Amino acid sequence: MSAELSWEIDGWIILAGALCAMSAALLGNFLVLRRQSLLGDAISHAVLPGLAAAFLLTGQRQGWVMFLGAASVGVLTVLLTELARQFGRVDESASIGVVFTFLFALGLVMIVQAADSVDLDPGCVLYGSIETSMIRKMPLFGLSIPRVVVTLGTTLTINSLFVAAFYRMLKVSTFDPQLARAQGVPVNFLHYALAGLVAVTSVASFESVGNILVVAMFVVPPVAAWLLTDRLKVMIVLSLVIGVLSAVLGHLAAINVPIWFGYRSTSTAGMMAVASGGLLFFCVLFAPRKGLLSQLLRQWEVSLRILGEDVLATLYRAEVAGQNAVRLVGLVRSLLVTKLWARIVIEFLQLRRLVSRESDGLRLTTAGRSRAQNIVRSHRLWEHYLASEAGMSNEVLHDGAERLEHFTDRQMRERLLVESNAPSTDPHGRPIPPEA
Amino acid sequence: MNFVAVTLEFIAGQTAAVPLIPRSWAWRVLTLSDYNTRVVLYGTTLLGIAAGLLGVYMLLRKRALLGDAISHATLPGVAATYLWSVSAGYEKSLALLLIGAAISGGLGGLTVLALRHVAKLREDAALGIVLSVFFGAGVALVGIVQQDSGGNAAGLEGFIYGKAAAMTAEDAWLSGGAALLVMLIVWAIGKELQILCFDSELARSQGLPVLLLDTLLIALVVGVTIVGLQAVGLILVIALLVIPAAAARFWSDSLKQILVVSACIGGASCSIGTLTSATFAKLPSGATIVLVACGGFAVSLVFGSARGIVWQGLRHRRMRDQQDFQHFLRFAYEYLESQNNAGPFIKPGSVPIALSHLIHSRTWSAHRVLAVGQQLQKLDMVVMRPDDCIELTKRGWLAARRIVREHRLLEMYLLRETDVDLGQADRDADYLEHGLMPEHLMDLDEAMRAESLFDVPASPHPLLPETVASDLPSRVLPEQGKTA
Repeated sequence: MSAELSWEIDGWIILAGALCAMSAALLGNFLVLRRQSLLGDAISHAVLPGLAAAFLLTGQRQGWVMFLGAASVGVLTVLLTELARQFGRVDESASIGVVFTFLFALGLVMIVQAADSVDLDPGCVLYGSIETSMIRKMPLFGLSIPRVVVTLGTTLTINSLFVAAFYRMLKVSTFDPQLARAQGVPVNFLHYALAGLVAVTSVASFESVGNILVVAMFVVPPVAAWLLTDRLKVMIVLSLVIGVLSAVLGHLAAINVPIWFGYRSTSTAGMMAVASGGLLFFCVLFAPRKGLLSQLLRQWEVSLRILGEDVLATLYRAEVAGQNAVRLVGLVRSLLVTKLWARIVIEFLQLRRLVSRESDGLRLTTAGRSRAQNIVRSHRLWEHYLASEAGMSNEVLHDGAERLEHFTDRQMRERLLVESNAPSTDPHGRPIPPEA
Repeated sequence: MNFVAVTLEFIAGQTAAVPLIPRSWAWRVLTLSDYNTRVVLYGTTLLGIAAGLLGVYMLLRKRALLGDAISHATLPGVAATYLWSVSAGYEKSLALLLIGAAISGGLGGLTVLALRHVAKLREDAALGIVLSVFFGAGVALVGIVQQDSGGNAAGLEGFIYGKAAAMTAEDAWLSGGAALLVMLIVWAIGKELQILCFDSELARSQGLPVLLLDTLLIALVVGVTIVGLQAVGLILVIALLVIPAAAARFWSDSLKQILVVSACIGGASCSIGTLTSATFAKLPSGATIVLVACGGFAVSLVFGSARGIVWQGLRHRRMRDQQDFQHFLRFAYEYLESQNNAGPFIKPGSVPIALSHLIHSRTWSAHRVLAVGQQLQKLDMVVMRPDDCIELTKRGWLAARRIVREHRLLEMYLLRETDVDLGQADRDADYLEHGLMPEHLMDLDEAMRAESLFDVPASPHPLLPETVASDLPSRVLPEQGKTA
C-alpha cells in the first residue's frame, strides 16, 4: 500500500528538504573535517535566544532582524566557547556543552516568558513542520512559490557563494591551520564567518524543517561522503547528492512507512534525518575503500593469497621429497586450516591453473611448479639471510621466513642473493632452488 | 498566578483581602511544607549530585558530550514504548517509558562506540551522527504518537523540556532512587574509573576491563539521563553532566575535591533551580536549573581557587613582580661591580645607583622601574633617593648577591653543558633563574665545583659598559615617561 504523491505539495516539500540539506551539508563538510561536527548542533540550539530577542524586538517571525540576531548569536557561541576554553582551560567539547546549554536555556526562558506576546512554539522550532509551511506562498518570477523554498534557496546561494569565494582559504585553514596562518589566510575570520553562516542556515531551516534536520544534515551527509572519497571537491559534491537523496527518501518514507503499520504519515523532517542515517549506514558498510565490507574483503583476499602460496609450497616440497600427489587431508593437517578454507583455496588455485586434481590427489601444474619454486626459493634465501646477516637463532628462522616469503618478488630475491653471497643451501642444509 | 501581586501583598501584609491559594502556595513552596514539593526537591537534588559526580569522570575521559548523544537517543525509545503500550492496551506508565528510554539511549551510546572503534570515525562525528539520526527517528515517532492520540501525547513533550514542577511524588521517588543507585556505583568503582580516566593505557596494562568500564560509564550516563528527562528534559540533561564538572575544575586539582565540588554545584543548582521555577510563574524548570548551574560556572570561572581568572591573574602578577624584583636587584649589584664597589657591603649612602642605568639595562619603562623600586623600598631592600638614584640596604645587597650568584652559576652551567653562545646563555639564565629551587642550586654548585658556597663568580660575559649608562640624561623619570 502506498500513498498518492501530489507534485503540487510533495514536490515542494522535497525541494525544501533538499535545499535545506544542501545548504547544511555544504558547510558541514568543513565542520566535519575541522573536527567540529558538534558545532552545528550547538549553534542550532544556541540561536534560540537570538530568535527570541528578535521576536521580542520586532514582533515578527520573518525578516532580516531575525537572521541578524541568529547570526550574531552563532558568532557569540563560538566566541564564548573560545573564551571558556582559553580562560578555563576546559577542553573544547566541554566548553561547547556549557555554552550551548546556557544559551538554549536562556532562549527557552525568554520564549516562555514572552509566550503571551509572541507566537513561537519551541516544539515547532525543534521538529519543524515542513508540511504546513508549504501553505504560505509568495509570488516570484510570475510563479507562486512557497516562502520557505525562497528562503532556503537564498540560504543555499549565500552558502555556495561563500564556499566558492573562499574555497582555497577554507581548504588550507581546514587541513593545516598553521600553514594557513603563515600564508596570511584570515583563519579566525573564516572560523567566525562559518559559524555565522551555520547559524543563518539553522534559522532559515527552523520554521520549515526544524532544528533536527539541519543538525543531521550538518554531519551525516559529509561523513558519508568522506567515507566514499579522499578528495575535498568530490566529497562536497557527494555530500550534496547524499543530502538530496536523504530528502527524497525521507519524504517518501514519512508518507509510506507509517501506513504499513496502520498509522498516517509522520514528520518528514525526522524521517529525512533517519534516511540520511540509513545512507550513512550503507556507506559505512559498502564504501569502496573505507567501508567495512571492502576492508573485510581485502583481508580475505590477502589471506587467500597467502594460504594459496602455502599450499603451492607444500605441494612443491612433497614433490621434491618424491611424493607425487598430496591429498586434501594431508594439506589440512600440515597447514592447520579448516577443511572449508582449504577447499576454497584449492578451488581458487585450480581456477588459476596452478594446481590440478588427479585421482590420487593434488598435483602442481607447470605454472604452479614455477610459482612454488620461487616461493620456496624466497623462503630459503630469507632463512639464510636471517641467520647469516640478522643473526637470528635457528628456531625462529622458519617463522620469519614464512612471513616474508609472501611479500618477496624477483628483485628482492636477487638483492638477497647478493647480500648473502649467493648461498646454495639454507641454514638447515636444504638446497636453494634456482629462479624459475 | 501573578507572582508580583502575590509578593506585593506579602510585603503589604494584606492577608485577609487576597485569595489564599496563590500566596499560601508560594509560601508552601518556599518553606517546603508541601509533601510533593519536598519530594520533588529531594529527587532533583539527588539527580544533580549524581550527575555532578558522573560528569567529572566523563569530562576527564574527554567524553563530555557523550551524554548529549545519549539523551537525544532516548526519544525514539520513549515514543516507541508509548506507541507499543497504547497498542497493547496498557496504561501509560512512567516506568515503562523510562525503560524504553534506557534501552534506546544505551543503544545510542553503543552506536557511538561502534562508529568510533569499528567504523573508525572521529568522536565528534560519531556523536553528531547518533544524536541527530536517533533524535530524527524520535521526532518521526512522536509525529505518529501525536496524530494517534492527540492530547495524551502532550506528556511526551515534558521529556524534551523537563517538567520538574509537574512531577508527582511517585516520579520523584523513582528519580531519586535511580540517582542514588548511580551514586553508589560511582562510589564503588571510583578507583577503577579514576585510572581509566587519567590513563586508559595504564588501566589496560593493569588488567582493568577498559571496554567493560567504558560500557558501564555509558550505562551510568543512561541512568542519569533517564532520571534527568523528568527534571530538565532531554536537550538540557547534558548541562547537568557538563557544567558542574567543568565548574569544579576551577576550584581544585585533586580528583576528590573536584568530585565533592562538582556534586555540590550539581545538587545546589538543581535544588535552587527547582525552587525558583516552582515559585515564579513561567519559568520552565529545566532551563532554570541550567541557568543556575551556569551562574555557578561563571562564579567558578572568575573566582575559582585553582584556575579562576582572579586568582590566576593575581598569581601571574605576583610572579611577574618577583621576577622584576630579582632583575632590579641583579642589575643594581652588577652596577656596583662595574664600579668596583661590589663588596664587601658598604654602608648605605656611599654608592648611589642611577635609575637611568637600570632603565637602560632592562628596557623597562621608567614608570615600571620606579614602581619596582618603591615596592622594594617597602621590603627594606632599597632606599630611594630624591635624585633618581637608589642605594641597596644590607638586606637588599645580600639578596642581590644571592641572585647574581645564581644567575652566573646557571650561565656557566649552560655554557659548559649545552651549546648556547654567550648572549643566549644570559637570556636563557634570565628565564630559568626564577624557577630555581635550593636543591637545584646545590646541584649546580656541585656541577660547577665552586670553591666556596658563598662566592659570587665573575660574569662570563662583559657587563653593561658604564659609559652607556652615563650617556643617558640624569633626570629621566618624569620626562621620559613610559617610552624609555
